Amino acid sequence: MSAIDLTVPISEEAVRSLHVGDTVQLSGVIVTGRDAAHKYMVETFIRPSADGGQGAPIVPESERELYQELKRLLSEGAIYHCGPVVRRLPPHEGESEGGWQFVAAGPTTSIREEVYEPDVIEHFGLRGVIGKGGMGPHTLRACQEHGAVYLHAVGGAASLIADAVQEVVAVHKKEAFGVPEAFWVIRVKDFPLVVTMDTHGESIHDQVEGASKAALDRLMGV
Amino acid sequence: MDNLTEQFVELIRRAATDLPSDVEGALREARDREAPGSAAEGALNTILENVAIARDHATPICQDTGVPIFTVYVPGCPETAGPSSDAAHVSTLSLRDQIEAAVAEATERAYLRPNAVDPVTGRNSGNNLGDGFPTVHFEEWDEDYLKVDLLLKGGGSENVSTQVKLPHAPLDAGRDLDGVRKVVLDAVYQAQGKGCAPAVLGIAIGADRGTGYVHAKEQLFRPLADTNPQAELAELENRLLRECNQLDIGPMGFGGKTTVFGVKIGAYHRLPACYFVSIAYMCWACRRASMAVRGEEVSFQ
Repeated sequence: MSAIDLTVPISEEAVRSLHVGDTVQLSGVIVTGRDAAHKYMVETFIRPSADGGQGAPIVPESERELYQELKRLLSEGAIYHCGPVVRRLPPHEGESEGGWQFVAAGPTTSIREEVYEPDVIEHFGLRGVIGKGGMGPHTLRACQEHGAVYLHAVGGAASLIADAVQEVVAVHKKEAFGVPEAFWVIRVKDFPLVVTMDTHGESIHDQVEGASKAALDRLMGV
Repeated sequence: MDNLTEQFVELIRRAATDLPSDVEGALREARDREAPGSAAEGALNTILENVAIARDHATPICQDTGVPIFTVYVPGCPETAGPSSDAAHVSTLSLRDQIEAAVAEATERAYLRPNAVDPVTGRNSGNNLGDGFPTVHFEEWDEDYLKVDLLLKGGGSENVSTQVKLPHAPLDAGRDLDGVRKVVLDAVYQAQGKGCAPAVLGIAIGADRGTGYVHAKEQLFRPLADTNPQAELAELENRLLRECNQLDIGPMGFGGKTTVFGVKIGAYHRLPACYFVSIAYMCWACRRASMAVRGEEVSFQ
């Protein structure tokens, strides 16, 4: 089974042609974001607004630059549920501090973001949500409506995935959220993934859960 | 040996970056059982490739290096440990300081991710040190040398670990080994792929709630190939291994033949009123390592 190459920015057409079970190799610039990042995005950019949730969000002055940057990066882009292990690189000549390198960067469990993800998909125009363990019905519906897929990375394959990270482009909110929870902007090449939730309403997670429930009932003597 | 800090750093490096050979062997066997070209086989291939890269680069197998859990077995007093044992004079307070220094150093060297978050302020301490972090248990034992076990268990697998009290009506699970079987199967079903299957299950039955979880994690130190000395528990371990894999949850929850590749059960006496089943669900990256200190000689396993 050969992998499908996917490059950010990802078109709606490309994402709608994917089906659960497809193996994908993702390249381009993506952003990590997990628990603190999702709570922050939704509470700062998406939900608060002058008329109680209907109009455009009022983004505090201090957060506007990051907001614009995230809109640029996430539109037709991908967010990665990941809290990496990072290392400081030695500074280049003439620079006071060096950049960053990803040392270990496997996915974290995605379901914790289920309450936030549909809003993030819709607001930022995401095409890919990368993580592990799958997500629930709200995210599945958002994937159908707005044209996005859930891409499952192999949990724990942290050194291998770090090898696919070619460059750490930037980091945001590192001091406020800590290293694991910051927004890390990374350039990846051939990041190996499996489509487990697609734009057609299919979820491998639902299928496996259903089949395992039947097996469980049998073993329980139900 | 006066100061073991550097040896503790090495223990952490081994646990974080070098998967035990029995675990790697079990994952290889699991890969060979999955259907060629399946997502399950693909996931296990990626896992095995990752294990090799982590070992070669001395980088973490998994970025979630968990709460480092140390168990220190300290030799007993000179009368029981023998007059020649200089380890008999070990100070546990000093050992704790050395372990903490090693944890901070290992974080600096990127063997560990900074994982200690203050639950009140939300701040990450940045060096894996904090109140109750890392976890260090001390126990005096009959041997004449010092042994330190280290388990790195990530948050994903910790979140799907669970404790159930029997009887448990929703599963019709009574206060017997069949009740234990039912709650374990249900826990594996509930976890699906979220705990990074395939898993090793450390299970404790009996005890109080706190001790139950500690004893469940102790089971994870047993070699995968060992046999429980208690026949009833050995039989239950085999049965659970077989039945968990009939759930077809598979690696990462993609569906497949291997959902669990080790079941280890310990039993402690319980209160008449209590029957706890404590389940420590360990992800495929079963990162355990041990070191032994005999005088000036330090060995790792």
